[in-house]
Amino acid sequence: MAFLQGKFPSECREEQRVAIALVLVLIVVGSVLFHVLSPWWWTPIASNWGYIDTTLVITFWITGAVFAAVVLFMAYCVYRFRHKEGQKAHYEPESRKLESWLTVATAIGVAAMLAPGLYVWKQFVTVPDDATEVEVVAQQWQWSFRLPGADGKLGTSNARLVSSDNPLGINPEDPNGQDDVVVEAADLHLPIDKPVKMLLRSIDVLHDFYVPEFRAKMDMVPGMITYFWFTPTRTGTFEVLCAELCGVGHNFMRGVVMVDTDQDYATWLQQQSTFAQLSDPAKVGVLVEPGRSKATVK
Amino acid sequence: MSAILIFMAGLAAVAIWWLTQQRLTAKPWLEAGSTDAFPRTEAPAIEPAKLGVGVLLAVIGAMFMLLVSAYFMRMAYADWQAPPMPRVLWVNTAMLALASVALQCAVTAAHGGQLGNLRLALAIGTLASLAFLGGQLVAWRDLSAGGYFAIDNPAISFFYMMTALHGLHILGGLVALGRTDLRAWRSAPAGRLTLSVELCALYWHGLFVVWLVLFAVLMGWAADFIDICRQLLS
Amino acid sequence: MVDVTPHGADFIPPAEVAEVELYHPHSWWTKYVFSQDAKVIAIQYSGTALAIGLVALVLSWLMRLQLAFPGTFDFITPEAYYQFMTMHGMIMVIYLLTALFLGGFGNYLIPLMVGARDMAFPYVNMLSYWIYLLAVLVLVGGFFAPGGPTGAGWTLYPPQAITSGTPGGSDWGIIVMLASLILFIIGFTMGGLNYVVTVLQGRTRGMTLMRLPLTVWGIFTATVMALLAFPALFVACVMMLFDRVIGSSFFMPAIVEMGEQSPHSGGSPIMFQHLFWFFGHPEVYIVALPAFGIVSDLISTHARKNIFGYRMMVWAIVGIGALSFVVWAHHMYVSGMHPYFGFFFATTTLIIAVPTAIKVYNWVLTLWRGDIHLTLPMLFALAFIVTFVNGGLTGLFLGNVVVDVPLSDTMFVVAHFHMVMGVAPILVVFGAIYHWYPKITGRMLNEAMGRFHFWVTFVGAYLIFFPMHYVGLVGVPRRYPELGETAFIPPSVHTLNEFITIAALTVGFAQMVFLFNLIWSIRHGKEAGDNPWRATTLEWQTASTPPPHGNFGKELPVVHRWAYDYSVPGAPQDFIAQNDPWQPTGGRE
Repeated sequence: MAFLQGKFPSECREEQRVAIALVLVLIVVGSVLFHVLSPWWWTPIASNWGYIDTTLVITFWITGAVFAAVVLFMAYCVYRFRHKEGQKAHYEPESRKLESWLTVATAIGVAAMLAPGLYVWKQFVTVPDDATEVEVVAQQWQWSFRLPGADGKLGTSNARLVSSDNPLGINPEDPNGQDDVVVEAADLHLPIDKPVKMLLRSIDVLHDFYVPEFRAKMDMVPGMITYFWFTPTRTGTFEVLCAELCGVGHNFMRGVVMVDTDQDYATWLQQQSTFAQLSDPAKVGVLVEPGRSKATVK
Repeated sequence: MSAILIFMAGLAAVAIWWLTQQRLTAKPWLEAGSTDAFPRTEAPAIEPAKLGVGVLLAVIGAMFMLLVSAYFMRMAYADWQAPPMPRVLWVNTAMLALASVALQCAVTAAHGGQLGNLRLALAIGTLASLAFLGGQLVAWRDLSAGGYFAIDNPAISFFYMMTALHGLHILGGLVALGRTDLRAWRSAPAGRLTLSVELCALYWHGLFVVWLVLFAVLMGWAADFIDICRQLLS
Repeated sequence: MVDVTPHGADFIPPAEVAEVELYHPHSWWTKYVFSQDAKVIAIQYSGTALAIGLVALVLSWLMRLQLAFPGTFDFITPEAYYQFMTMHGMIMVIYLLTALFLGGFGNYLIPLMVGARDMAFPYVNMLSYWIYLLAVLVLVGGFFAPGGPTGAGWTLYPPQAITSGTPGGSDWGIIVMLASLILFIIGFTMGGLNYVVTVLQGRTRGMTLMRLPLTVWGIFTATVMALLAFPALFVACVMMLFDRVIGSSFFMPAIVEMGEQSPHSGGSPIMFQHLFWFFGHPEVYIVALPAFGIVSDLISTHARKNIFGYRMMVWAIVGIGALSFVVWAHHMYVSGMHPYFGFFFATTTLIIAVPTAIKVYNWVLTLWRGDIHLTLPMLFALAFIVTFVNGGLTGLFLGNVVVDVPLSDTMFVVAHFHMVMGVAPILVVFGAIYHWYPKITGRMLNEAMGRFHFWVTFVGAYLIFFPMHYVGLVGVPRRYPELGETAFIPPSVHTLNEFITIAALTVGFAQMVFLFNLIWSIRHGKEAGDNPWRATTLEWQTASTPPPHGNFGKELPVVHRWAYDYSVPGAPQDFIAQNDPWQPTGGRE
């Protein structure tokens, strides 16, 4: 056998050749077991975005199957076709048929993930007409909120108007803004089962309003108003985190959203002050001390 | 990002055209032996240095098209206010055109081995380029004399930034052109200068085209043109 | 440098190049320091990249220590953590991986593999390295700048990157970083011109495009992409410098910075993100495509079998390269850009999965019925496939717009991109070094140390990044120096974090063994000979090892076949070198 003249350097011993095949199998088995048995999984959902979870699970199944198939196939090849004395590789430059089949199968798998993804995205970007608007205002490193008052409309705002008297930069000239409920650096309450459109605004750098249980999130960009919508489906207290790097206090930027029953929500809403009350306390005669921020930076 | 995408589509078209000549569907394992039957699959017969300048111009073009893309994106915001463009830009454009034409004449002269004409064309090209740079400085002075500084408005910031970057590229080209001038005056045989002169001319044509695009954008014609296109489409 | 005598239109690259046309070093300085030989430049690039990469590796240990044991190390303040994080990311992506694959492997392999004496413009090539070195030094200078380096994250998003709430934002840190990037891009462009022109023009006689090894295809396509993508980063850097230094408002809207109204108004932070990711996404493939190419050659050589479906592999490389310019906004699904872009970019992103999957299939199908030699390069290639498939598949989660919404900005993203563009390409780098070290030095790397290095790196890296996906699924955001008390995160996640840190430190230790091996084997490794792997490509056919200045002997090799003639039926050996004129009697097939 002339083609075997000359020895390959650094060929490993037989046990090691089998070992690599075994490790590849163990990686697949271990990954699957880890996925099934480990306690680490997403937090129980508290919004209408169960579809997102479903799409994610579909993706897990398809990609998991592909991963297992490819790595196990590789393990088999390594075990079965490892070099032995006198062995010669099979000569086959390509197989159009096999490659075409694999391409088509891959395209189908990709489509099976993309189609539900785009379908749910369509819902994600289509805000229902009956959604109530709630504004979130982020700044380094705390959250504030604003709800439309009795007129159901939020007044305009501008970062240029931000001052210690007007921390959210609400336009005092705009009549729509006078009855807006301002919740500065305190907890936000939302009524259960009512769709909300979260209008997101930042007055300094990028932030991201992130409540893991709601699944939805969106960056907040100074100079523009971004949004997403969801319907809270479970009462309880949920933590707000910032998910876009916003400076050294990023991880301390926390807030709280409480999803209430209608009754509790009404009670809470009554205790809040409007923009008019806050900006001219003497006339109205009420001054609610804004809650202390949880987001104190060490 | 439309400007850069159109530019990239153009480059892609060139690349695809070239690749289709390269027998990319051949089965190389069946074709052992000489490639004499497929003459165009060997390395292209262009001078490597010319190809190098060509690739460099594509990179420079991509950079300026990205700036133009950013210009259009930024233009959509409310605070945009384009300043009146200094008139001297027209003169500068003419100067750069003159430089480009002169260098093309220099190429012809070099090919013909006419050293006198070559020197004259190179001198005109170099002086016209210097005049262009000087004229750009005048444009800056006029703008700032009119009270327009780089930080006042993004349109003005863009003007300073685009002209500065373009001017730096001309300046870099002038280093190469200056060396060619020196060699021409030291009476190197015109034939040996051919490649250097050709490279300079190629680079100048490229930067002239870039300047025309920037000029159209800065003067506001490009935006008008886009508006017309939009109206035609809708 | 460019003073080459012009040729007529009927010019055919001569198989013989007179020695006088080559640049010749005259002293020790011009031979080893200011050398214009692509092989020396390659080693300079690789050495510098590995050195700065070592800094980034140490930074990653510090970050992992902080994440596992928050509050234990006083010097890792939040400021310091963000600075470590930013420098780690920037170094790894740009100054290590890009420089190593293109400047290092590109310089060494392109001329040798295409059969050229040297790069097309050796002087420009030398300048490229020295500007790169300057960029690295400026970057390191950030550590000594007042206020330290920037802590804006490697994405450098404004307004945060240039405001006072970020380390280095209102000091020198961000300026130094932008200056270093601008230098890097200038230096890279000089090198990139060389790589492209050499592949196009420097190919020896008979070396058609379809006879090029996939390594060259990968590096070539990546270089073309880098030349066109880096200008976007360049433009973004220049504009941000304007905003930071003279106070213009390209990216900066009106903001209230720490209670003070800023002088900016009207700028668009999203515009920066578009420019950044127009560079940033192709950048992923700039790192991946050379790895794809190299791993194809490693698998083929060590399985003694031609790469399966060579044509598809070439088309896939070119297709991926082109497609990668129209997927950038999948990094911006939750950035606040127009939501309808999500439909377009999710579709293009998932389409790119198809050619990528084809490449994976062809790698494993090359193993099928092969004669698999489990050498170190082969082991690393196998490990690459595992980690790349894993990381590529999690990319389908993040590319599918709605699935990205809950996962974006969590540790899932960190795990994904480390697996797919950290671990996987680095494993290829290791495989490639074990493969070509014998050519570069004439000696083999030590086998025992190599195996230790392989097992710890492969298994360790998988143990770091596989569980990290689940930390992200739980909801832990990325870029948090510590989690603090968070109700939805169970305490067991902290235990997992400690485990990941221990794995990371172990893997880091194994790299020290590797570095030691690199140095030790220069003198003590086994003699390799000219072609220890019995490979077909031209770099293994040089007359002496390491190849001399000018690469080949008096005559350049003439290429007679493609790069993958392994185990050809009827051939006298199980490989036929590309410059071997052997013809089967009676024809093949």
